[in-house]
Amino acid sequence: MSSIIEVENISKQFIIGHEANERYTTLRDEISKRAKDFFSFSNRETRRKQHASKEIFFALKDVSFRIEQGDRLGIIGRNGAGKSTLLKILSRITEPSSGKIKIKGRVASLLEVGTGFHPELTGRENIFLNGAILGMSRTEIRRKFDEIVAFADIEKFLDTPVKRYSSGMYVRLAFAVAAHLEPEILIVDEVLAVGDMEFQKKCIGKMEDVSKNEGRTVIFVSHNMGVIKTLCNNGILLVNGLVSEIGSLDLIVPKYLNSSSEFRNVEYVHREGGEIFKITNVNINETKGAMVKMLSEINFQIDFDAYNFRDDAEFFLLIYNNEGNCIQGTFQEDSFTLLKIRQQYGRVNLKMTNTLIPGKYLISVGCFDKRRNFLDWIEYCEGFEVEGIYDDNRIYRKRLGATLVNDSIWSLEK
Amino acid sequence: MAYELIIEAGASEKNYWKDLWRYRELFYILAWRDLKVRYKQTVMGAAWSIIRPVLTTIIFTFIFSRVAKLPASGSAPYALMVFVGMLPWQFFANSLSEASMSLIGNSNLITKVYFPRMIIPASSVITSLVDLAISMVILVAMFFIYHFVPVITIVFLPFFILIAFISAFGVGLYITALNVKYRDFRYIIPFIIQFGLYITPVGFSSSVIPDRWRLVYALNPMVGVVDGFRWCILGSPLNLPSFLISIVISLLFLWLGIWYFRKTEKSFADNI
Repeated sequence: MSSIIEVENISKQFIIGHEANERYTTLRDEISKRAKDFFSFSNRETRRKQHASKEIFFALKDVSFRIEQGDRLGIIGRNGAGKSTLLKILSRITEPSSGKIKIKGRVASLLEVGTGFHPELTGRENIFLNGAILGMSRTEIRRKFDEIVAFADIEKFLDTPVKRYSSGMYVRLAFAVAAHLEPEILIVDEVLAVGDMEFQKKCIGKMEDVSKNEGRTVIFVSHNMGVIKTLCNNGILLVNGLVSEIGSLDLIVPKYLNSSSEFRNVEYVHREGGEIFKITNVNINETKGAMVKMLSEINFQIDFDAYNFRDDAEFFLLIYNNEGNCIQGTFQEDSFTLLKIRQQYGRVNLKMTNTLIPGKYLISVGCFDKRRNFLDWIEYCEGFEVEGIYDDNRIYRKRLGATLVNDSIWSLEK
Repeated sequence: MAYELIIEAGASEKNYWKDLWRYRELFYILAWRDLKVRYKQTVMGAAWSIIRPVLTTIIFTFIFSRVAKLPASGSAPYALMVFVGMLPWQFFANSLSEASMSLIGNSNLITKVYFPRMIIPASSVITSLVDLAISMVILVAMFFIYHFVPVITIVFLPFFILIAFISAFGVGLYITALNVKYRDFRYIIPFIIQFGLYITPVGFSSSVIPDRWRLVYALNPMVGVVDGFRWCILGSPLNLPSFLISIVISLLFLWLGIWYFRKTEKSFADNI
């Protein structure tokens, strides 16, 4: 059987020059440029030099792969690796510069939740509008209307303009429409990272249902390795526009996480917030890429720039294992302390006992305000390695699948 | 599987018109959305499409008929003549300003979903068409006020509306594409519209133009459209050569608009 999607040598290039790097020009610039060219005595030679100064940037270069019917492919890569460009080409939003893609079947792409929702229109109207935008026919939407409404759980607000919805309701409705698409191929960008935890679980369940039970082909992009691993069976790792690895996720995810902990001097990925409050640097035991012993003390230093924010803040820290699963989370809420931010620049210290077994780990650090809105959340920002020895230098022996150790006291009752 | 899609550089060129047909349902629903939002957002929405032409008609009648003492063409009252000219002009001006902003206003759609981009300016021209229909109601009211019975040629009105549509859509497409490319182009559009109002025979009859300039004057496509409206509703004399020139220019603009739009369309998602 031939593949449902065949991607052959796809490249996408952008031209960046000192003038062309703006996303759009203005007529004023264009006229003044022409006038300058006309009046200045710059001959062809210098003009050619100006052209030569333009640089070609490849967002994707010679990307080739095949997807079989029923495959669930996860696309992994750092910001700027070309994931979004690839999705945009697959969903025909932009054209590739060269190469060819053959697709058999109807494609629906979900690059954003609620594309085209209009705040003035009611929930009912927006279901039809959004459905049509995502490529459903009117009869199809009518047939699934009740199901969509039930999934989103908004019966009472069907005839209320969407602008009066809470953000949770908005997201639920938007996802509900998208979840009832029935294309042969579904392309999903990081859209599951919205809404409350419960609804996220419901969405992931629905996605699993669509892909595993109904045999649809799914292409999925996410920074959340845990979600990728539950949903997908195959992966592609993109690095700087090139395919670095194709194959099983058990192979690719560790590779991606290792590579991201090796990147020093890389800008942090702000998953949420980062506008009014920014975490600028995170150190572990005052260094980068620290080595930590088991059951020893581990210290995190979090530097921030609070701009004008002067209020209570609640920090949290998540620890991920090599496979991208979050295995430990520390929230300030646990110890009933919030920090009062009083100055623009500052440092937060976190001290805890390392209860992890040997291996490589990544951390995410974030911060809420007192209403639990994200002030900032940087994902997979730093990494550390736990050595195979205890704090008192005894050697660690591997145990039955347990991932955490504890400083515990054993006793035999007399 | 029957349906196979091939994506490569220039592939969307080939299936352009087929794609446009396939996405017709999206076109209906976007036009419906534009209408709904327009008349929902402001109670004034509908009222506005009545007030504006009526006020302009009153002012123009006063200035051109009473102050400048220009002659009316044919037997119709001056105010009626101005209003009939105002109908297609208002439609043209609305289409132009709505279409030119439509792509930028829908940039979230363009960067997230594929569809033939021409749907968006087209649906905004449709909303202006509904405004035209509303203004028609006032026209009927004016017939009663002035005890004027329209001539039988009014049955050709749909044909002239079609020509108005072609000119508005053609020029609109061209300007829309320019507006995406040069983001300060939108400052020029109100000027074009204001300027156009005075070089188009809205407040006066085109018969006041000296004969030797008539053909040059007809290079403005709206001249033919306005003359056509007056001919078919009021029975004013129609200068056939000048009318034909306007039609040719309209078609030329339609071709130019579609050509330029298609040429730049591919890079909209990258530029917007």
